[in-house]
Amino acid sequence: MSQLVTFQLTRNAFGRLVFNNQLGLMQEGVIPVRSFPITHPDQGIALVDPHGKELAWIERLTDLQDDYRILIEAELKGREFMPEIKRLCKVSSFITPSTWEVETDRGEAAFILKGEEDIRRLTTSSLMITDSQGIHFLIRDRMSLDRYSRKLLDHFL
Amino acid sequence: MQQLYNSSNNNFPQSWDEVLALQLNDEENVLAWIETDLDSQLHFSKGIVIVTNQRLLTKMYANEVWQSWCYRQGLLLTQRDYAGIGCLELLDAHSQLMSWRYRVRSDRAVNRLIESFAQQLDCHLAGELSQAADTVVQCPNCGAIMPNGQNDCPVCEKQSHAPPPTWTLLRLWRFAKPYKGRLLIGFLLTLCSTAATLVPPYLTMPLMDNVLIPYQNGQPINNELVALYLSGLLGASILAWILGWARTYMLALVSERIGADLRTTTYEHLLNLSQEYFGGKRTGDLMARIGAETDRINLFLSLHLLDFATDVIMIAMTAMILISINPSLALVTLVPLPIIAWLIHLVRDRLRIGFEKVDRIWAEVNNVLADTIPGIRVIKAFAQEKRESARFYAANQRNLQINDRVNKLWSLFTPTVTLLTEVGLLIVWIFGIWQISKDEITVGVLTAFLAYIGRFYIRLDSMSRIVSITQKAAAGTKRIFDILDHISSVPESANPVHLATVQGQIELRNVGFRYGTRRITSDINLVIKPGEMIGLVGHSGSGKSTLVNLICRFYDVSEGTILIDGHDIRSLPIAEYRKHIGLVLQEPFLFYGTIAENIAYGKPDATPSEIVSAARAAHAHEFILRLPHGYDSLVGERGQALSGGERQRISIARALLINPRILILDEATSSVDTTTEKDIQEALDNLVRGRTTIAIAHRLSTLREANRLIVLDRGSIVEIGNHAELMAREGFYYRLYQAQVRNVDTEDRGFVPIAEHSVAGEHK
Repeated sequence: MSQLVTFQLTRNAFGRLVFNNQLGLMQEGVIPVRSFPITHPDQGIALVDPHGKELAWIERLTDLQDDYRILIEAELKGREFMPEIKRLCKVSSFITPSTWEVETDRGEAAFILKGEEDIRRLTTSSLMITDSQGIHFLIRDRMSLDRYSRKLLDHFL
Repeated sequence: MQQLYNSSNNNFPQSWDEVLALQLNDEENVLAWIETDLDSQLHFSKGIVIVTNQRLLTKMYANEVWQSWCYRQGLLLTQRDYAGIGCLELLDAHSQLMSWRYRVRSDRAVNRLIESFAQQLDCHLAGELSQAADTVVQCPNCGAIMPNGQNDCPVCEKQSHAPPPTWTLLRLWRFAKPYKGRLLIGFLLTLCSTAATLVPPYLTMPLMDNVLIPYQNGQPINNELVALYLSGLLGASILAWILGWARTYMLALVSERIGADLRTTTYEHLLNLSQEYFGGKRTGDLMARIGAETDRINLFLSLHLLDFATDVIMIAMTAMILISINPSLALVTLVPLPIIAWLIHLVRDRLRIGFEKVDRIWAEVNNVLADTIPGIRVIKAFAQEKRESARFYAANQRNLQINDRVNKLWSLFTPTVTLLTEVGLLIVWIFGIWQISKDEITVGVLTAFLAYIGRFYIRLDSMSRIVSITQKAAAGTKRIFDILDHISSVPESANPVHLATVQGQIELRNVGFRYGTRRITSDINLVIKPGEMIGLVGHSGSGKSTLVNLICRFYDVSEGTILIDGHDIRSLPIAEYRKHIGLVLQEPFLFYGTIAENIAYGKPDATPSEIVSAARAAHAHEFILRLPHGYDSLVGERGQALSGGERQRISIARALLINPRILILDEATSSVDTTTEKDIQEALDNLVRGRTTIAIAHRLSTLREANRLIVLDRGSIVEIGNHAELMAREGFYYRLYQAQVRNVDTEDRGFVPIAEHSVAGEHK
């Protein structure tokens, strides 16, 4: 399905995205939302207004013209927060709740795991860990972690 | 001066204290701060935002320079958050000046930052001197505001998710105290029975030295001596048997009682907690805590702790006996003990992880079952039996895999313990033979040593388990005490006022309510006269249910007061006050039991005729008679299937029977169709007569009877009046009403675009 772009997108001085469509609708502060943030991140992106009403649907991000795509990608980057765990450095205890010190693609961080049920299996090798504040940490492929991390992680699986 | 302020008064985080001191001007005071932990690209990186009485200061950890903005016209500091990530923005009239990102930990700290910024800005613009800083202390760790005079931050404490220390178990003493006499007897019995079990090995020594060895050396067997020793052996064994039985029975009795007390106390406490507590907890979790955790603690007390105590006593006594017989051989015997204990512990630890895994995977198998059996209609309707059985197979397969791995280690365990024991015995043999050859000990002594040592090497295994079991029991105890330590947010009044009768006048004065950091209602003033019917109207989320919850005192108001007949409801005993309120909810809840019991739930001593007349008034009498067992038919879970309308009428009868002065109808008719609604409406009319009534209804048409309608929007009253007045005013209510009338024919069309979407998505 080729994407016919029927809207204009700009960023204003307040750093908000401004949306204009053919019907003359102008909306400030539109938010791009991924429909399948984990399984198909680049497919099905909706532009919604601050109240959550859908303004436009983008089937594939790659169908968009470059400047819009860059705008949307930048906005998504500033909103999405799912650090990917690259290494487990330390786990305070094997009995939950325990504090994990990890290295992620966004730098080093510490979080608290409340219970083993907060580790969700996405596929056989990828895991999603929800910390005590509701932030999700992703382990894309636990087999590709180093030996020590795998050993620590194994205690919780 | 400022130094003093920074470090002592506002508890500023240490890492920033020094660099900040260089930045501050004279007479510049820190008023509020937050520590941010993300940069603009959402990478983990520390930063700080500070509001002082002169400006806004900020610095990222990785960045050398401080940025600052002095107060000027048009500046605005705002925050928003999404999925746990907060964004704080500084704007002026033309553009965004700066933004900060952080993981949301304490809303109050951020709100305080924004408030003090706005306050300072106002002061500077008005040219006033900034007010003296209030002495609020922020937690150096998370930035939350600390309660007056406390050193521990409540937010951090709540989040200090460190595993509970073992001493948590000592808190169980509160429950053990009533049984201390029996516990003491149990302990003495343990001592005696352990001592009794140690007699037989001791008797092997004279048996060997005085009977068998002399016989081998050509002397006849001394029958009297043999009879004496053997009867001593038998006697000691029987004594140990009786004492062991008495001890186990006594302590099991006590621990079972401690467990039961723990369970009932926790449940009782739980029932008295406010609605707010239940709102934030999962039912399954609470059930597990009261059921499984108390059981685990119980088991720990009655079995593991007892065994461990016995073992320790036994080892201590054995050591004493061995040393008294022969110190040097005793030393050789006891030295390998800690080494063997440590080795066993190592293997145990591995095994424990494996067993925990088995537990978890077992839960997963159960989850598949719990998922599919209730959803069996859906599975059959979509013909997915194959897939579900494949899912179950996969879970089982994983179960097998993990079990295989654990069993590899587990099967090694018992032989290993045996081997270690044998090695220990071997050492004793070697040293013993050497000593016998030197004539330092007799054969009997060596035999006795071997008999003793064999016993406690075996016990080492069970002793090594105590560490992990204690940890688990401590975790369970903590989870129980989490409930017990929770103080109801709706406390009983210290000097309650007893009202014999209630007229039913309700007055709300400046009522405001916050849930966490979110303001739900604010500044509501309303007087409801006795016998008046009030309708609450507004969009969902406008605060209707909150208001009802406040009037029922499921929650306490954050600001203002609610008065009933001129008395603050907080001064009345809670249970007594709620007796005056009849509540009919959208989803009527029927308990397992007969219909009569359900109707009489609020007044268990009601007579049959009272029940029947309540049912008649609720228009429930006839359909109840149609059931095979009439009023004695079972309802509730696994009981007679009743329709939504029938359940609702039973719940109306329930409210009618207690004859309350105040009646609250929370969407009482919205879950049934229009014809049933008419039936219920008639029943409700009987109920409403002569009572102060507060009704919430989604369908505005059902509120036509109301004396006054209160229109709420975003937590405040926007209009008051009856239907005709409000329609004439053409305001908020008018629009709401119009939208509802229109909705009837637009509802169907609303689905079309969604359907198109999904089809397009599938075919692509």
